[in-house]
Parts: sequence; C-alpha cells; structure tokens
Amino acid sequence: MILRGLVRIGQTLVVLLIVSFATFGLLKLAPGDPVQLALGAEYSETAYRSLQREMGLDQPFLVQYLAWARDFATGDWGRSYVARTDIFTFAVLEALPVTLTLASLSLFFAILIGVPLGVLSAVKKDSIFDAGAAVFALTGTAFPSFLLGILLIWLFGVKLGLFPVMGYVSPWQDPVTGLYHMVLPALTLSTYFIAMITRLTRATLIEVLEQPYIAAARARGEPRWRVIWVHGVRNIAMPLVTILGLQLGTLLQGTVLTETVFSLPGLGQMITDAVLSREYVVVQAGVMLTATLFITINLLVDLSYPFLDPRLRAR
Amino acid sequence: MSSAALLEVEDLTLHRGGNRILDHVTLSLAPGETLALVGESGAGKSTIATALMGLLGPKDARIEGHARLEGQGELLGMPERRWSKLRGRRLSMIFQDAGSALNPCFTVGRQLVTVLRRNLGLSRTAARARALELFERVGINDAEARLSAYPHQLSGGMQQRVMVAIALACNPDLLFADEPTSALDVTIQAQIIRLILDETRTRGASCIFVLHDLALASQSCDRIVVLYAGQVVESGVTAEILEAPRHPYTAQLKSCVLEIGTRDLDPPEGSVGSYAAMPKGCRFARRCPRALPRCAEERPPLVPAPDGDRALACWNPL
Amino acid sequence: MAAVTDMDSPTPAPAAATGPGRRSSLFLRRPFFTIALLATLAYVGAAVFAPWVAPYDPVQQSIDAMMAPPGPAHWLGTDSYGQDILSRIIYGARYALVIGLCSVLIGAAGGLVIGLAAGLAGGWVEWALMRVIDSILALPSLIMAVAFIAILGQGVDKVVIAVGLSMIGPFARTVRADVMQVRVQLYIEAARLMSIPRWQVIARHVLPNVVFPLAVQVTIRISEAILVSSSLSFLGIGVTPPTPDWGLMIAEGRGFVAFAPWMSAMPGLALALLLIALSILGDGIREEYDPKLRGGS
Repeated sequence: MILRGLVRIGQTLVVLLIVSFATFGLLKLAPGDPVQLALGAEYSETAYRSLQREMGLDQPFLVQYLAWARDFATGDWGRSYVARTDIFTFAVLEALPVTLTLASLSLFFAILIGVPLGVLSAVKKDSIFDAGAAVFALTGTAFPSFLLGILLIWLFGVKLGLFPVMGYVSPWQDPVTGLYHMVLPALTLSTYFIAMITRLTRATLIEVLEQPYIAAARARGEPRWRVIWVHGVRNIAMPLVTILGLQLGTLLQGTVLTETVFSLPGLGQMITDAVLSREYVVVQAGVMLTATLFITINLLVDLSYPFLDPRLRAR
Repeated sequence: MSSAALLEVEDLTLHRGGNRILDHVTLSLAPGETLALVGESGAGKSTIATALMGLLGPKDARIEGHARLEGQGELLGMPERRWSKLRGRRLSMIFQDAGSALNPCFTVGRQLVTVLRRNLGLSRTAARARALELFERVGINDAEARLSAYPHQLSGGMQQRVMVAIALACNPDLLFADEPTSALDVTIQAQIIRLILDETRTRGASCIFVLHDLALASQSCDRIVVLYAGQVVESGVTAEILEAPRHPYTAQLKSCVLEIGTRDLDPPEGSVGSYAAMPKGCRFARRCPRALPRCAEERPPLVPAPDGDRALACWNPL
Repeated sequence: MAAVTDMDSPTPAPAAATGPGRRSSLFLRRPFFTIALLATLAYVGAAVFAPWVAPYDPVQQSIDAMMAPPGPAHWLGTDSYGQDILSRIIYGARYALVIGLCSVLIGAAGGLVIGLAAGLAGGWVEWALMRVIDSILALPSLIMAVAFIAILGQGVDKVVIAVGLSMIGPFARTVRADVMQVRVQLYIEAARLMSIPRWQVIARHVLPNVVFPLAVQVTIRISEAILVSSSLSFLGIGVTPPTPDWGLMIAEGRGFVAFAPWMSAMPGLALALLLIALSILGDGIREEYDPKLRGGS
C-alpha cells in the first residue's frame, strides 16, 4: 500500500512537471514581447538589451524554464502591473481562499442535499418522487451554471430581495455576513453536483441494496433505517468519492463562471481579467495554481481509497 | 403433527413475476427439531427460508398462506417493524456465502457487537465480552484479534463461523441455514455443519437447513422435506424416508446420491424447466418414470401416511 | 460428489427479454430520446434556415426598441441595443452548433492521433504519451481553453481551436483504451506473424475498432463543447460582440437583470434546452452503444 502510494506520488510529480513545462512553453508562444511591454513605447537598443538580460530572456529556453520553475516553487511569481501587487500574494493569499471557500461550500451543499435525495429515490424506486428526482438530476447536470446564477440573482436578489447578489465578504473574518453572501454562489455551483450525486447515489445504492449483506443485516434484526443509512450508505462512499474526485475539474471550472456571475474576487476572476488585459505572467500563475490544486486533490482522493474501502488495504 | 409445533407453515404459495415459485408448501417443525429442505436447484428451498424470515417485500413477491410461530401467531403479512423485532431475536439466518453476507466495510467484531447491543441492549463492554465468548465458542482462535478483522481478511470457513456466531448471538428459537457450506471446501463443510448442529442443540433451538445434498441432510437432520419445483412431494423422518422413499422423485434423488459406485447412476433426467410452463398437476410428471395420465392433469394432495410420521403427494407411489 | 445439483437459486432464470436481440427500437423504448432528437433537429433547422426563419436582422440596432419586453413585435423582447432577441437566438444556434461540432472534431482528431500512437507504440513512448495525456487531463477543460485563448486571442475561429485542443485528453484516453483492447486480440498478432505491413494492420484491424466508439464519444461530447465555448463567451474572452452568440448575450444581459431579465434568460433557456436535449441524446446513445456500460463492469 505504501509502495502503491509512493508510485502514485511519483506519477503525480511527473504530471506536474509536464504541466508546468507546457504552461511555460505555451505562454512563451503568446504574442507580444514582455520586454517591449515593460519598456513602453520608446526605448533605446541598449536599454532593451539590458532589461532582456535582467529578465533572463536572452538565455536558452530550457534555462529560462528552470529559472521560472525555481521561482515558481519558491513563491517568487513576479509582479502584476495591472493589479499592482505581487502575484503570489494576489493569487495564493487573496484569490485562492475565495475559490476554495466557494468550492468547498458548494461541495458541502451538494453532499448534504444530493446524498439524501439519491437515497430516497433509490428506496422509493419507481415512485413519483423518484421520477421527479430523475428529471431534476437530468436538468441539473445539463443546465449551464452561469445561467442558473443569473436566474437565482433575479429571483432571490431582485424579486424577493432575500440574498445579496454581489460583493464578497470573507467568511473567515465575518462568518455570518460572509456565509450570507456565499449562499447564492454556492447554490449556483452546487446544483450540478447535487444532481450528479443524486443520480450516482441512486444508481449505486440500488445495486448495494441487492447485495446479500443487506439481506443479512435485515436478517439479524437491524431496523430499516439502519440497513439503508448505515449498511447501505457506508458502501456507496467509495464510488461517490471516486466520481467526486473525477469531477473536481468540473467544480474548479464552475468556480470560474460562478465568480464572474457574482463578481467574487477568486482565481477564475483573476485568470479571466489577466487574459483580457493580456498579462501572461498572471495567466501562467493562475493556470499553474489551478493545475497544482487539481492534481494534488486528485492525489489525495486516490490515496484515501484504502481508508474508505477496507478491501483495498494491505493484507 | 404435534400441536406444540414451533413453526407451522400451511399452503405457503408465492408468486413472482407471474410464476408460481412456491405451490401450497406445508410443513411443521417441533421445538429443538432439525429439518432439511431438500431439492435441486430452483426448487424454491431458499425462497421458503427468505419468505419465512420476512425478507421478501410486496415488490419482490406475492405471498399467500399461513405461517404461525409459537408465541407470535401469524407471520405472513406482518408489517416490517414487527418483522425486524422478530429477526435476530427469535428468527435467525445463516447465508450461503458468508463472504458476501458480511458487510465489507465493517469489522466482523463491530457487526457482532451491534447485534448484541441492539437486540439484547447490552452495554459496549458487555457486548464486547459476549462477542469474544461467542467467537471462542464457534471455534475462532485468536478471537480478540479476529474481532477487529474485516471480512475479506478471513478465510471462507472463518467467515461462516462468524456468521454462525452472529446468527446465534441472541439465542434464537429458529435458525435458517441456507446452504451454509456450499461455498466452502469439502473438509470444512463437515466442521461447519457439526458446529451449527451442536450450537443449536445445546440451545434447544430448531433449525431448518436448506440443502441440495441429500447425503448431508441424511447425516444431520431429524426430518426431511423434499421439494420439487416449489411443491412438497414427500416429507417425514429422515431415516424412514431414505430407507423407503415412496415418491419417485425422492427415490431418484436417493439413488443418485447414496448408491454411486455400486450400480448404474440413475439421475433425474432433464431439468426442472421453466416455471411459466408447468403442468397443471404434479410438476414432476414430465420427468417421472411412473407418471400416469392423470398426473399431469390433477395435482396430488400432500396426504399424511397412515403409518408413521410422513406425508406424500403422489398418485402412483412406490 | 454427492450433490444433486450445484446451487439453489431462489428464482428460475428470467426469460431473456433484455437480450440485445429482443430489444425494441431506441425510439419506442425511450420517448424522451425521441423528443430530444426532435428538439435537436429543430435547433439544426433554425441554424440552417436562420435567414428565412428569423423575423429581424440579428445585428440591426434600433433606438426606438431598446430593452423592449417580450411582446407581439418582438416575441422574446430586445436587448440594450434594440436588437431582436429571437432573431439573435436563431442566428446564435449557428454559432453554437458549428463551434460545438468543429471543436469536438478537432479534439477527436487530436485524441485519435495521440491515442493511437500511445496504444500502438508500447514501451517508454507509450509511458511518456500516457503521462502527457494525464497532464492534459490534469487541467479542467475550461481552464485549458482559457489558457489557449490567452495565446490565440479572441474570435470564433480561436474559440474553436481552443475548445478543440482542450478536449483532446479524454478522447486520447478512450482511443488508447480501445487500441489496447484490440492489441490483446489475437488477429493483430496473427497479422504480425504473417508480416503484413504495420500501416495495413492499423488500417484494417485497429482503426475500425477505434473509430466507432470514437464517433459515439463525439456525439456525446458535443454538448460539452457547446457549454465550454459559450462559457468562454460568457466570460467575455470568447467570441466578440456583436456576434449573436448565446454566451455573449447572457453576459450582456447580466448587468440588466433587474430591469430586463429576458435579455439573459431567453438566450440562456435556448442554451439550456439544447444542452438538456443533447445530454438525453448522449445518454441514450451511450446506453445503446458503449460496450463498457453494457458489460456492466
């Protein structure tokens, strides 16, 4: 098990290396000369050369990559001229927490609502409730989140005036106001996952409930609720976590859209703004950060399997 | 049949998907008695056990008839809540494949302790001590360590011993053992059967074995009920039945089992066939060497024989 | 062995009513599938016959009819430039479908090349290509598309390329899996033993086994491509105004939710309905043709 874990970690590092290389290489291809950009409209040949040397741009590609990778690993990500801050501070300390808060809150909502919905529709298979849940699951997975966000803003913000529709207050500093501001964004982002988890929970639980150990649990007098919620649900944890792990990318790209809809200053917003203002260093940092986050969480999901399913533990 | 029967089943009929899986099954069981349900694959033996445990809901099957448990009254048609009070405490069951009948996500100790705590209301420590004791009784060595093992970490024999411990944890009056050894090695089969018999006997519990193996049944059970395609064809005391089977099907089963090597094998020809296309009368008629024209048309009733404690359903018995 | 028969099953085997041979047609079994197909065809029709179907010119601005609510003159209302939303939605179907289809085809073509190479090469080349596929899969497709847009710039053609490139990963993975399956089958070995040239083996044995599942994947993933491309437009970095693109229209309406909710809602519902229809079609096709789902592993 430990060996398997180490191999998996090694693989992850290779993937990270390739991603970083590709990110660096691709954005090198981007139009525009960073030296020229930094110097402005008028500059002398010598000034150009000296800045080029200072920025290390006269070096061979591989050397430039290594220097960039070293800087990235040590947190020296350069300065954003548009946002007028240090990119590391901007990305990791300011934008990332917003994105992570939104993502984790949405995931929390999704599990809190999706699992019970799925369990109920599995238990009441072929009932009207089940049919309703199926329609919701189908619509929910196909509905574009940004449209949903706007509809929620219109309904809860404009028509009913129940929730604030714009602006961000950190839930870590002011939990009540912060969470209040997060309700609509999190609901927007989680709808897809609620639908997906409902679908998945239903399908896997129906299968689990046909297993002999479920009949055996009933045969020893376990009441119905325990058979379903303890013996059944414990056994769908594994497929659930697997799929959620695979869907993390969807969650991350969902945050990009949701942040734009609700004007939340997260990573997605940072990357989009940087693309619009053609600030490639920030795009690079944002893409690398997203990839690292995604790859790391996937690794954690992978390593968590043995804890979820005893059969995968070393004997 | 004595009036002090522990379990009395009368005309148990079960339909599933338009097919009659069980057809007027009648049997009874005295306290402390061991009964074997014998028949080939698809005869409905396991279905009887699951139906009498209340494990088949109205969605799974349509059940008619009567099943009375001493001190409880009619079982069939009880709501799930009353069934779950009965299961584990008075009725209990051992499944065919212990490997898949134990929840893979919980340690076997936890599964046993839960039963003790929930059904007997024992405290955590008391339940654990009792679990340890039960494990030792069913012959699990190193019981302390095995309590915290997951099912997949145990051998098939060990898993079945755990199942026995769980099934007998609350001293049930009636234990169903559904092919408890068919998933095990031959050498371990006898041990497990012995264990179940010993444990039920010392507790004075009754046991209904579901077996496809007549030889095993003859060694272990007081009485035998022979089933063919959901119909009881013959029932009675084991020794009497095996000595002088009167139903042609029982005779075929016996010849196929007990006289291998001594004479030509004479297995029942063909297979049970589709439930959708069963004859109106005796379901064995098509494969029966002694079939009369009336056999396929008219169902022979299960008639208690005048001599001894047995019953037979045949128009042309041996 | 003294056993009568091997096992006792509680029920006799059910009649083989679900076998592939006895299946009724996809349309009869799934009424939703038929409805979804009709809806999709309606969108295709709107896209093809846009100039004849649309009541107005999609980019004709009108100061008199700015932000008009849905009514007899403008069935779905007008936007902040007075452009007719229904006409823009009808023309928008062209962009959505063309961008979706083209980018999926780019993704499938790229995936086919990489997947074939990885599956057939073996050894360290395969290992390296697999890690490359892993890396492509390591980025959510929208983020990757954003990165490509950063390099390529905005515009319909750029969006097609960016979305197409971002979709290579999943295609490459399935192609490689299919190649692996073919590779273990004997006839490839046999062909090799008879020293048939490699390209012939690929053309005759590998490609037919790969292309069909790939085609199934393409149809399933069109909705994903449409969603990603309209997301780019919604973020304001995809197609440029005044193109009648649904994502762009939704984004433009975002600021006017309070006064003119139809500006976002109408194109949004057009997009959502198409995506739902396509996802029903995808589910149906997947259940019908995906060998992995059928095997039930």
